[in-house]
Amino acid sequence: MSNQGGSPVPLLAARDLVKAHGRTEALRGASIELAPGEILAVTGASGSGKSTLLHCLAGIVRPDTGAVTYAGERLDRLPERRLSELRRTEFGVVFQFGQLIPELTALDNVALPLLLAGTSRQQAHATAGEWLERFGVRGQAELRPGAMSGGQAQRVALARALVTAPKVVFADEPTGALDSLASEQVMTALTHTARESGTAVLLITHDAQVAAYADREVQLTDGMVEALGVAA
Amino acid sequence: MIAMSTRHILLGLLAGGPSHGYDLKRRHDERFPQARPLAYGQVYTTLQRLVRDGLAEVEGTGSDGGPERTAYRATDEGAAELARWAGEIAPPAPFVTNEIFAKVVVSILSGGDPETYLRAQRTAHMARMRELTALKTAPGGDLATVLSADYALNHLDADLRWMTTTAARLTTLTAEVDAG
Repeated sequence: MSNQGGSPVPLLAARDLVKAHGRTEALRGASIELAPGEILAVTGASGSGKSTLLHCLAGIVRPDTGAVTYAGERLDRLPERRLSELRRTEFGVVFQFGQLIPELTALDNVALPLLLAGTSRQQAHATAGEWLERFGVRGQAELRPGAMSGGQAQRVALARALVTAPKVVFADEPTGALDSLASEQVMTALTHTARESGTAVLLITHDAQVAAYADREVQLTDGMVEALGVAA
Repeated sequence: MIAMSTRHILLGLLAGGPSHGYDLKRRHDERFPQARPLAYGQVYTTLQRLVRDGLAEVEGTGSDGGPERTAYRATDEGAAELARWAGEIAPPAPFVTNEIFAKVVVSILSGGDPETYLRAQRTAHMARMRELTALKTAPGGDLATVLSADYALNHLDADLRWMTTTAARLTTLTAEVDAG
């Protein structure tokens, strides 16, 4: 068993990733593994390369060198079309804020990925309503993001990330803009739902109390991953 | 440093109505799940002192079919003392005698390896924080458990912040020494 993975057969793995932004190397040989259904926290100081690592793993940017493997496929070599299909069907993404479409209601925001995948409007709305219910924001279904609290908007964003039943959710500082109680609600909703549905989560955070919701933690230091022990 | 006051906690538990020693011990351990369980001897000694100081009095003795038990209740003076203590500001403790702090300082003084120690300590802290988080977010958790887990989590988090800053300072110091 690898010292950086929770399973001998990872769902998602990166080897020796290097990625530079201009002359700054954000990743300098980072390797990481995510097992199916595992909730993994990636922690580290600002500028340690956490978000760049997430972008490479989610197929949003390609590394300069190194390999990203998802379910046996070399993600870093896939054509853009196949990548965007994967991002739509197998991956869910949640950022710190701002990802909901401000003109749409909570229900329409959550239904959107299903509509894009060809689900009927009626079915998409029914499924979206169920997901809002699971995240305790059914009462906000007809509100637009601007009329919701930060914690409510973030739970709607989680519902949208999970509505397509993805294999992996990438969450980049999902509670970064929330107070501690709202943060607790968001993290409890995310981790309970992910564990129920067997969805793996890659959780980027600088907050140890948020990282404590994960099964395991790895720390990024200067663009390299340091394993901090596998959870018992 | 002011120790956690068993007498005030017992007075607080008596505020809900008369109670006997066994019941007080059981309720204490339920309400303060992260604290060390109270010993029966400590409960009875504390109750006797409360009576001696006029803060509690014997309500009556009954057996209820089992062993004979003495029930106690708080007096008006007891209620006033409880209110005074509950509103009294606790001194913000500096915690400078913490074991983690001592180990790092000793390690620096003796030319040891504080970075390795800090990494291992972080792993242990995170493992405990995961346990507490699971406890806190388990369905049906009662308020006392949640509050107590929150308290422990925030203190462990404070340790972690200090350890992270210290690890960064040590790296900077080492770099300066190497460059010099």
